[in-house]
Amino acid sequence: MNATSAHPVPRRLRWAVADGVVLTGRALAHWRRQPGQFVVGLLFPVLMVLMFGYLFGGAMRVPGGGDYREFLLPGMFAMTMLFGVESTYAAVATDTARGVTDRFRSLPTASSAVLTGRAAADLLHSAAGLAVMLACGVAVGWQWRGGVAAALAAVGLLLLLRFALIWVGIHLALVLRSPESVVMLQILVWPVGFTSNAFVSPDTMPDWLAAVAAWNPLSATVAACRQLFGNPGWGGETFAAQHAVALAVAWPLLLTVVFGALAVRRYRGLGR
Amino acid sequence: MGARVHDDGPAVEAEGLRKRYGGTQALAGLDLTVPAGTVCGLLGPNGAGKTTAVRVLSTLARPDAGAARVAGVDVLRHPARVRARIGLVGQHVALDEVLSGRQNLLLFGRLHHLGGARARARAADLLARFDLTDAAERPVGTYSGGMRRRLDLAAGLILDPPVLFLDEPTTGLDPRARAQVWDAVRRLVADGTTVLLTTQYLEEADQLAHTVRIVDAGRVVADGTPQQLKSALGGDRVDVVLTRADDLARAVRVVGAAVAATPLVDAVGLRLSVAVTGRVAALAAVLRALDDAGLAAADVAVRRPTLDEVFLRLTGVDSPTARPDGEKVGA
Repeated sequence: MNATSAHPVPRRLRWAVADGVVLTGRALAHWRRQPGQFVVGLLFPVLMVLMFGYLFGGAMRVPGGGDYREFLLPGMFAMTMLFGVESTYAAVATDTARGVTDRFRSLPTASSAVLTGRAAADLLHSAAGLAVMLACGVAVGWQWRGGVAAALAAVGLLLLLRFALIWVGIHLALVLRSPESVVMLQILVWPVGFTSNAFVSPDTMPDWLAAVAAWNPLSATVAACRQLFGNPGWGGETFAAQHAVALAVAWPLLLTVVFGALAVRRYRGLGR
Repeated sequence: MGARVHDDGPAVEAEGLRKRYGGTQALAGLDLTVPAGTVCGLLGPNGAGKTTAVRVLSTLARPDAGAARVAGVDVLRHPARVRARIGLVGQHVALDEVLSGRQNLLLFGRLHHLGGARARARAADLLARFDLTDAAERPVGTYSGGMRRRLDLAAGLILDPPVLFLDEPTTGLDPRARAQVWDAVRRLVADGTTVLLTTQYLEEADQLAHTVRIVDAGRVVADGTPQQLKSALGGDRVDVVLTRADDLARAVRVVGAAVAATPLVDAVGLRLSVAVTGRVAALAAVLRALDDAGLAAADVAVRRPTLDEVFLRLTGVDSPTARPDGEKVGA
C-alpha cells in the first residue's frame, strides 16, 4: 500500500529485512519468557506417538508389510507441522485483537516485516519442534534408511508444508481476528489430519474417503517422507501416491501462493 | 509553548474527510484544524467517528474522500513520512503482554529505526519519566491498568513526536490512574507537543483541551473552548427525586413556578429535572418551594449537564454514554 518514494528501494529493502529480524527476535523472546508453552506444544504429538504407536499399533496393518511405528512417525512429523497452524493463528489473532498490529502499522516500520517476521519465527519454532520429534521417533525405534541427503530432503519438505500453513494461519487470523476462535481451528485440524495417510493407509477407507485422503496435501508430504526416509507404507496405484514427492513440493507452493496472496491482501485491507 | 511549535501552519489539518464502513458513514465530511502546540479534544459518544478520524489522521485507514495534513505532511501521499512524525496511543492498550516493559519499549524503539544503543537509552529514559523503572523487568501482563496505560503512552513517545494522537486515553482507568495520565499529557504539551485527544468525558476535555470539537455522526457539530461550549450548552440542572408518586404532578407545578421553567419528568424514577441559571439561588428556591408545599423529597441535587444532554440539545439524538458530574445535596 504505502508506496512512497521517500526512500530508494535498496534502503527500503534493508529496513524490511532489519525490521523482520527485530520482529522475529520478539517471538524468540516470547519463548525465552514462556519455555513452558514450547514444551506443552510438543507434549501433544509425543503423546500421540505413544498412544498410536503402542496402544493402537498392534491392531494396525501396514500396506506392504513393515513396522507400524516406522509407518506412523512420518505421519506424526507432518501432523506436528499441521498443529503449528494453531500457534501462528493464535499469535497473529492476539496481536490484531489487542491493537498491537495497528501500532506496528502506525510506526515507520516496513509493513512487510510484520508478516515476514512472524513467518520466520514460526518456521524456527517448528524446526525446533521437528528436531524434538525426530529424537522422540528414534527413541521409540523409528529410523531412516535412505541416507542423509534423502533424510534432509524429507525434513525440507516438512518445513515447506509448515511454511505454507503459516500463510493459512495468518490469513485465517486476519479474517477472524479473535484469539478465542483458535478452539475452532483445534477441532478442524483433526478431520484434516485423519483424512490422510498419516495414521492408516487410505486403502482401508471407503472409496470416496480414500480419494479425499489420497489428494490431501498432508498425504503428499507424509508419503514423500516415507519414501525419502525409507519407511514402509508408501507408493500405491493412485497418481497421487506415485508422484508423492512432486506433490509434496507442489501442494505447499500452491497453498503459499494462494494464502500468501490472501494474507497480504487482508493485511493491506486493515487500512480500508 | 516549547521548541517544537511550527510557525508554518497548523499541526493537524483535515478537510472534508469521508469514510464509509459497510452501511455506516463513519466520517461524513469532517473538518478539523489544530494549531501547533495546543490540545484539541474530539468529544462525542461511541460511534460518532472519533476513532475513525484518528485512524485516518494516523495513516491506519484511508479515507474515501477528503484531504489531511499532519505535521505539515500530506497523510494520503506520504503516509510513511507522517508515521515518523506522530505518536499514536490507541483506544486499547497495544502492548506485548508477555514481554517486560523495557522489552516493549526496546521493540518499539527498534521498529522506529533507532539503533540498539539509542533504543536502550530511550527506553530507560521513558521508563524513568513514567515512573515505571521499578516494574521495568516484569511482564506487562502483570501490570495494573494505570501502569499499562502509562507504558502505552511511553511507547507512543519513542521519537518525541511533534504530534500525538490519544484515542480515549483514560477509558476504564480509576481516578488516580486518570490523573496520572492527565499529568503526563500536560507535561508533553508544556514541552510543545500538539495533542489530538478523543474522549467521551466532558470533564477530560475540560481538564486538558484548549479547544473542543463535538463530533456526531461523522462531522463536527460544535466547536469552541470548553468554557464557550459549556455556556452555549445551557447551564446547570436541578434534579428532584420524590418519595411518593402521588406528589409528582403537584411537584412539577411547584418546582416549575419556583425557577420559571418546565421540568422534565421521569415518572418511573419519581424524578424531575429542570434547567436553571444560578446554581445556589435556584437550589435554594427549589428547596423552599418544596418545603412550602409540604412535599417530601428523597434527593435534591444541582449538577452540570451530562454529555447525554449536550447531545440531546445539539443533535436531538440521545447518546448511549453518560457521566453525571454533580454534587448531591441530601434533602
